[in-house]
Amino acid sequence: MTTATPLTAISQTPTIAVTPKAAGQWRRLPLKAKIGAIVLGVFVLAAVIGPLVMPYDPSYSNPAPSLALHAPDSAHLLGTTQSGQDVLSQLLVGIRLTLELALSVGLVATVLSVIVGVTAAFLGGLWDDLLSLTSNVFLVIPSLPLLILLLGYLPQKGQLATIVVLSGLGWPWGARVIRAQTLAIRNRDFVAAARETGERTWRIIAFEIVPNEISLIAASFVNTVLYAIATSVALAFIGLADLNSWSLGTILYWAQSQQALQLGAWWWFVPPGIAVALIGTALVLLNTGIDELGNPRLRDAARSAMIGGHRQRPADPTPVWNQAVPAGPLTRALRPFSRSSLLDDPRGGRS
Amino acid sequence: MAFVLRRLAFYLVAAWVALTVNFFIPRAVPGNAVEAIMGKFPNLQPAAAKALSAMLGVGHPGSLWHQYVTYLSDVFRFNFGTDLLQYPASVTSLLGETIPWTLALVGTATVIAFLAGTVLGIIGGWRHGGWLDKTLPGLMFLQAIPYFFLALVLIELLAERIGLFPTGQGYDGGLAPGWNWSFISSAIDHSVLPAFTIVITSLAGWMLQMRNVMITTIGEDYVVAAQAKGLPSHRVVFTYAARNALLPQLQGFGLALGFVVSGAIIMEIVFSYPGIGLLLLNAVSASDFPMMQAIFLVITFAVLLANLVVDLVLVFADPRVRAKEAS
Repeated sequence: MTTATPLTAISQTPTIAVTPKAAGQWRRLPLKAKIGAIVLGVFVLAAVIGPLVMPYDPSYSNPAPSLALHAPDSAHLLGTTQSGQDVLSQLLVGIRLTLELALSVGLVATVLSVIVGVTAAFLGGLWDDLLSLTSNVFLVIPSLPLLILLLGYLPQKGQLATIVVLSGLGWPWGARVIRAQTLAIRNRDFVAAARETGERTWRIIAFEIVPNEISLIAASFVNTVLYAIATSVALAFIGLADLNSWSLGTILYWAQSQQALQLGAWWWFVPPGIAVALIGTALVLLNTGIDELGNPRLRDAARSAMIGGHRQRPADPTPVWNQAVPAGPLTRALRPFSRSSLLDDPRGGRS
Repeated sequence: MAFVLRRLAFYLVAAWVALTVNFFIPRAVPGNAVEAIMGKFPNLQPAAAKALSAMLGVGHPGSLWHQYVTYLSDVFRFNFGTDLLQYPASVTSLLGETIPWTLALVGTATVIAFLAGTVLGIIGGWRHGGWLDKTLPGLMFLQAIPYFFLALVLIELLAERIGLFPTGQGYDGGLAPGWNWSFISSAIDHSVLPAFTIVITSLAGWMLQMRNVMITTIGEDYVVAAQAKGLPSHRVVFTYAARNALLPQLQGFGLALGFVVSGAIIMEIVFSYPGIGLLLLNAVSASDFPMMQAIFLVITFAVLLANLVVDLVLVFADPRVRAKEAS
């Protein structure tokens, strides 16, 4: 199995619960997920067009003394720093750098966790023991001290180094969850059917297993992005980052080290913090939304029916993989012949 | 017993991995760390430089295997070398001074957050869709704020502007540490705001997890049966549902300790609290490598030990674990 396999599988899946193409599917998303997606979209937009529309060079220090620590006005919408730099421009560049880092870490770490998780569950035996042990060990070793140690030793603490180190420590949780899920579905009928028809292992993994774990993988991706943002901002705040570049963390580092709050310059310190918080909240909302899509019990009580003055909750939540993603054409064709398919997949069985 | 032994073996492996990673990091990084350190600390004696090269593996003092064995035996004798920043104090003695501060403050705050979050989660799960659920988006936002940001804003507002709390440090600068009332009361006074910030930022996580497990547990047949029997609500909630929902929460407690420790490091940096996190920051900004490595090991071992304790508690609390072990 190569690195590219799960990725292509993800992009080729006909319907993905998280990024619905049709308007009808968008409407089916829980409200939380919609709000999360919109807020996140605004920040991604800011990251993409930010450097094009930013009013000043973020590193340009205006020597005019009247422009040092200037409160927000029409010329500088978010005021200026101690050395007369424009906070808004720094913020726009900072959002791009932070999102770039977080998304790269999310992508690399998720691919790693899919590879490790699926491989462990499929190979079984000694490999499974070894891979599970590795991910459990790295789960239990506290990551921030290790990250501080690693970055402390590195001579250059640039963006790439941070991405590599964060991804290298960010995969175990996802791997564990995906391994458990793969173990659960690898003995199901449609996989057995694919195996009976002589499909090769990598094809079963890429077209039967991974597409059915897509919502889990998406959740793991969102979680990893969240971890990357929180950790990278904290590391930059300690000073373990390239302090000459502008990310949300380094803006906060400079604001703190030059005592922005003590000097009353809230416009310098508060906006980057709020930006991190908003991105984080959007991701959490998105994740809860994905969760609720899969587990109807967690949905708003307003949606469940009131019968006899009592709330009725669905007794048996349909598993995620049955709701969101239709099985491959082959499985659909074989389903009528499978004995337990009615129990297996209520939606497919009825149609 | 087999379960306990298996877990013990797992933590031994984890400890060994941590030790080995710690051993190889300085040797894998390019550049001569010793020269960099000697440049920063001109008053170091040549003997210290020699010891440093032996520890960091520069200049090939013996084979790699020999270095590894020496390193392991040093760690087992709690010999982490001399500290560079506060030369010639030993790293071990400096650690001994700071660890009690961290343990007292972070331990208390974590237990408070865990208990309060669990109780709120039980209520939130039981009254699913009630007023407590309305606060969830707010709690999520609170949790998404970078910890240090929230703490700094609170220091500015509550300590600097209103003067309700001291702005930082572990105790009043004028007092000498000792077991007398004026020192202890000052220490408590200085710990209220840091503890408060830890509690409000970690509360939501515990609450959310407990709530979600509660909701799933309440759907179980035996809870419905208990309700159908006409048992009073509080009995159903606490002795039927919450008792079982607590087990995943306990399991999560072990894994969450890593995050708790990370939060504690940042907390101490923000509040200049005289614990192990502040020691780590000072070590990092001064490239004090022996101290950084020792702190990493101490923190990791503490987390592993706490996890082992949680596992032992689970053996007693969860009959399923015992049953699995018997079969």
